[in-house]
Amino acid sequence: MKALRWIGQFVVIAALFAGVAALSDWPRYSQIPKDAGVVMLSFVHGADRKGECRRLTPEEIAKLPPNMRRVQDCPRGRRAVYVELDVDGRSAYRADLPPTGIAGDGPSRVYQRFVLPAGRHDVAVRMRDSARADGFDHESRKSVELMPDQMLVIDYRPENGSFIFR
Amino acid sequence: MNPIRKVLRAGFELIERPFDRLFGPALNPVAQLGALGFFFFWIVAVSGIYLFIFFDTGIERAYQSVEYISRDQWFHAGVMRSFHRYASDLMVVMVLVHLLREFAYDHYRGVRWFSWFTGLPIIWLLYVSGITGYWLVWDKLAQFVALVSSELLDWLPIFGEPIARNFIATGTLTSRFFSLMVFMHVAVPLFLLFIMWVHILRISRPKVNPPRMLALMSLAALLAVSIWKPALSQGPADLARVPNGIGLDWFYLPLYPLTELWGNGSVWAFLTAFSLMIALMPWLPPLRRARAAEVDLEHCNGCARCAEDCPYEAIKMVRRTDDLPFPTEAEVNPSLCVSCGICVGSCPSSTPFRRTEELKTGIDLPEYSLRQLRERVMDVASGLSGPGRVLVLACEHGGAAGRIGDTVVMPCVAMAPPSLIDFILSRDLADGVVVAGCAESACYNRLGVQWTEQRFAAERDPYLRARVPRERIATVWASALAASKAEAEIVEFAARVAAMPPKRLRSPLPVSSTVPTPKALQTERGTT
Repeated sequence: MKALRWIGQFVVIAALFAGVAALSDWPRYSQIPKDAGVVMLSFVHGADRKGECRRLTPEEIAKLPPNMRRVQDCPRGRRAVYVELDVDGRSAYRADLPPTGIAGDGPSRVYQRFVLPAGRHDVAVRMRDSARADGFDHESRKSVELMPDQMLVIDYRPENGSFIFR
Repeated sequence: MNPIRKVLRAGFELIERPFDRLFGPALNPVAQLGALGFFFFWIVAVSGIYLFIFFDTGIERAYQSVEYISRDQWFHAGVMRSFHRYASDLMVVMVLVHLLREFAYDHYRGVRWFSWFTGLPIIWLLYVSGITGYWLVWDKLAQFVALVSSELLDWLPIFGEPIARNFIATGTLTSRFFSLMVFMHVAVPLFLLFIMWVHILRISRPKVNPPRMLALMSLAALLAVSIWKPALSQGPADLARVPNGIGLDWFYLPLYPLTELWGNGSVWAFLTAFSLMIALMPWLPPLRRARAAEVDLEHCNGCARCAEDCPYEAIKMVRRTDDLPFPTEAEVNPSLCVSCGICVGSCPSSTPFRRTEELKTGIDLPEYSLRQLRERVMDVASGLSGPGRVLVLACEHGGAAGRIGDTVVMPCVAMAPPSLIDFILSRDLADGVVVAGCAESACYNRLGVQWTEQRFAAERDPYLRARVPRERIATVWASALAASKAEAEIVEFAARVAAMPPKRLRSPLPVSSTVPTPKALQTERGTT
């Protein structure tokens, strides 16, 4: 009788544990539909400063403490970066990306995901990071074949001044 | 009672009572949730140390080493991996059910706020420990966890550059990152263990180890499940692809899909609101507390039984402050005392036979003294009549608390000193006594049922004297929602008592002048 009771207890505990084990990887989860891929627009880039740098006069430089002397005085804050992304001729994203940091002197950043059906897409990305009022400083256009579950990243490389698709 | 709590309590009753029957109150897993939580923590710790021997940090090597563990060395390291995974999941289950149960049984307010409050960082640390663990495997699930976790963190205005950018393209992630994650996966659980220790700091006799039989069965069940369904990886992480169609651990990652549905800001808002709610619950509303127990030094001989029996560590023994020839005296910490009266029941001075002018004891409740308890017993007894006169001593949290007429209700049945039973039967106040408390595995004051049983069985001071006829005493353990079960047992016992021959009174003592007999009370009532 005691053995039967132990078996009953073990069966109940094992059943509970089996339920927990089952829920540890089931039901399955899909982030995106089956025949879709992701285009990720993500970069970190600092726009130009808000104003022009001014060359300090020798008198002004002399007035500064010796360890803080510099030849130029530049405004600290940066401009916002304006970015646009078009997919198949339609606007997918347009935004002013403010600079980061409490003083607004850090780089702007973007991290945006776009789920698209698998297949060929025309992707155009444009960015303005200077004082100009219209037009763009950097621009790239590409026709891409997006595979199911593919993650296509559009990044910006400031050292080359161009967008890359990878 | 709060309707949510009522529903939850009914739910627990539905599960616990059949479990009580199958496992017995001592082995019932639902009454061992905290202890099982500790037990699973140790399994996770030991299996984690074992796995670390085989684990290799590195973008490629991490996945390969885990595959080697799970496939080539499945019979020891693979089983350990499953132990590690499933014990972690079980720990989450134990913590969450423990939280719900403590809420359902109102075990989170008053002096218990500390344990409730420190349970909150345990939840956070447990989840951080689990999430960093999933990261280490560096399979598709790890990639998903890394991506969503870093996106969540990036939402907070802390990091200059989004850390999620490390997980969207190959070439950005270095092996050093895995070293950092290993460090986190060791450091966070260590801190978790520290908080678990703080969590039980204010609990007297905390249950940190489940009964051996339950522990063995749990280990055997874990082994069976590990062989039946070994924990496996889900293919190597590929940053050029979206980790889609993955098997999610719904215990650790239920909020991750919500980041897609709600957005990261809403998930943070939910987590903040949940944490705030849990943190503030003990005071929404606060528990009304009766005045703390008080020590009467004239009657305290420093025996320490009250300190030994207090479930809340509210009593400690300190150096004597009066001239009596005892080395120590009891001291009550009012901020920890819940006025359960267990100390009153444990005090050797708590005997209703005492014929002092006013019945006093070494430690007493100011709002419900031993004298008042004796008066209520005698008052209720005076109303008993018929062949099977049964007097019920009921816990205010148990199934018999709502009875009227023949019942004396008290904060906990362990407040009644065993000598009170002797007093009732030897003074012929009743033909039988029922001690009716909470359900055996769900005592409101944690140890009241256990202490009462041990005192009656002469295993714990103060003993129930041998002369007390055991057949005239019944214990009924039933929760507030099982009032009908309690009632049925009381009625059955009353019928049994009625069929017994008249009892032989063995008390040689005459009735004291200060202790009125039921007859005297009746007469007194009749004349006034």
